[in-house]
Amino acid sequence: MIVRRLLAVLIAGASLGAAPAPAPNPETDRVAFQSYFFTKFPNVKHEEFGNGPYAVNAPMRKQWEEIMQFPPYEPALDEGREAFEAPFANGRHYSDCFDNGGDGIRQTYPRFDTKTGEIITLDGAINACRVSNGEKPLPLQTGVMASITAFMSESSRGKPFDIKIPADPRALAAYERGKEFFYARKGQLGFACASCHVQGAGERLRGDILAPALGILAAFPIYRSDWGAMGTIDRRFTSCSAQTRAVPLPAQAAAYREVEYFLSYMSNGIPITGPGTRP
Amino acid sequence: MPSIRMKAISSGDTTEVQALVQHPMDSGFVKDPSGALIPPHHIETLVFSHNDKPVFTAYWGPAVSKDPYVKFAFKGAAKGDTLQATWIDNMGKTDTGTAKIA
Amino acid sequence: MSLHHTASQEATRRTALRLLAGLGLYGITMPSIGQAFASDAPGWPEAAFKAKTQDEVLAALYKGKLEMSKDVTIETPEIAENGAVVPVSVSTKLPGVTSISILVPENPYALAASYKLADASMAMVGCRLKMAKTTKVIAVVEAGGKLYAASSDVKVTLGGCGG
Repeated sequence: MIVRRLLAVLIAGASLGAAPAPAPNPETDRVAFQSYFFTKFPNVKHEEFGNGPYAVNAPMRKQWEEIMQFPPYEPALDEGREAFEAPFANGRHYSDCFDNGGDGIRQTYPRFDTKTGEIITLDGAINACRVSNGEKPLPLQTGVMASITAFMSESSRGKPFDIKIPADPRALAAYERGKEFFYARKGQLGFACASCHVQGAGERLRGDILAPALGILAAFPIYRSDWGAMGTIDRRFTSCSAQTRAVPLPAQAAAYREVEYFLSYMSNGIPITGPGTRP
Repeated sequence: MPSIRMKAISSGDTTEVQALVQHPMDSGFVKDPSGALIPPHHIETLVFSHNDKPVFTAYWGPAVSKDPYVKFAFKGAAKGDTLQATWIDNMGKTDTGTAKIA
Repeated sequence: MSLHHTASQEATRRTALRLLAGLGLYGITMPSIGQAFASDAPGWPEAAFKAKTQDEVLAALYKGKLEMSKDVTIETPEIAENGAVVPVSVSTKLPGVTSISILVPENPYALAASYKLADASMAMVGCRLKMAKTTKVIAVVEAGGKLYAASSDVKVTLGGCGG
């Protein structure tokens, strides 16, 4: 309900232009966002929201537990560790680019970069690290990028999302654009991200159970049975766009980075579970 | 990267084994993006052996999932023993992996 | 009565065992990589895997009749989260189990997997199978030369989010 009200405010703000928009307050948004899900799923422990559909559907959870006996992302974890530890041609390492050598920091991404005024995702930071060390950027949807983020996420398991919005009007603006992207209807089917993952959370869409938006990015990267492979957040965003018959944006498009920033901030306090598996 | 990953855990006299193999397990019924059928390519046999004696043999058709998984248990092995697994697919490819029983 | 015990299959089985005993030979004896559709792996019950129906599979693998048995446990999800990866497990307390086969009769080929147990094996197996549509899944346990079976139903629905 709160979110619907939020949506109404957004629409009112956008279409009428006359009503004075309330000053953006991400923390107020976050509390409202989380309480919507905590109220909708009163029996789900808060830390479980990082497990997506498996947090809210018992039969699905049972199959997941079977799969997790030997998770299909394990080869990617090994590949990720190897890639992460291998030196660049200049002798430097990924660990030189990250706080704490890259260990246990996934929950702090995306970040706002005060130099460029842009949102930097973990995947983007990995490629920036490569480029600054004279290497080519990695493809963004699957493969080694997914393996490296799997390895880095695993070292953050159990650490709650801790996304910061610094006191910089550009950071707040990026957050607001991400929020707008999330609630705006688009594509031929007229779906917003929120249509499925807020109102529809926990419902069936044919054979699938729609994951709650709260904590929805905590499990990335994921091995999806549908893909038969690993995929990054970009892969999920572009496929979500395509499935709702919207035009998919390029991986790491500003709008995707900003909606990731918004969603991750909304999930502050929800622990990282990645890498994950999904149907 | 080895194609076979195994977890073999001994408890009392019983060793429980889980294995995950990286293999496409193409069924022969799926088309590639250009519309051409992807020919069947799947593991046919996967033999686990302990002290050179087979303890469990899987015969698989194309209905076994991609990156196949199998779980079984057997008696008579001790912690520290080596378990060996070998698969052969319908194209004649083969691979062998080993794991120490924990 | 039992699985894969024709004379020629027994011969290839022994060949396979010899190969396993000295894996160094594999590189020489096995067809080289890339040689598409080389001969099937030793011991693989081709006729059973090419069979379209449950009856044809059973005729190709076994002699004798199936008996539904409460002593055979098959576990499958009621609704598959994805028909491409359905966890299936089979176990039994029956003594003298020599093989466990899993059939998915609604698939193009009815036999999904067949497991040969050694004397040391426990009578249980878990695996992940593809199911083309809503189907029964049948577990056939061969124990003491007899065939015992159990079945369960799996609903397979197209995903909504995966296309």
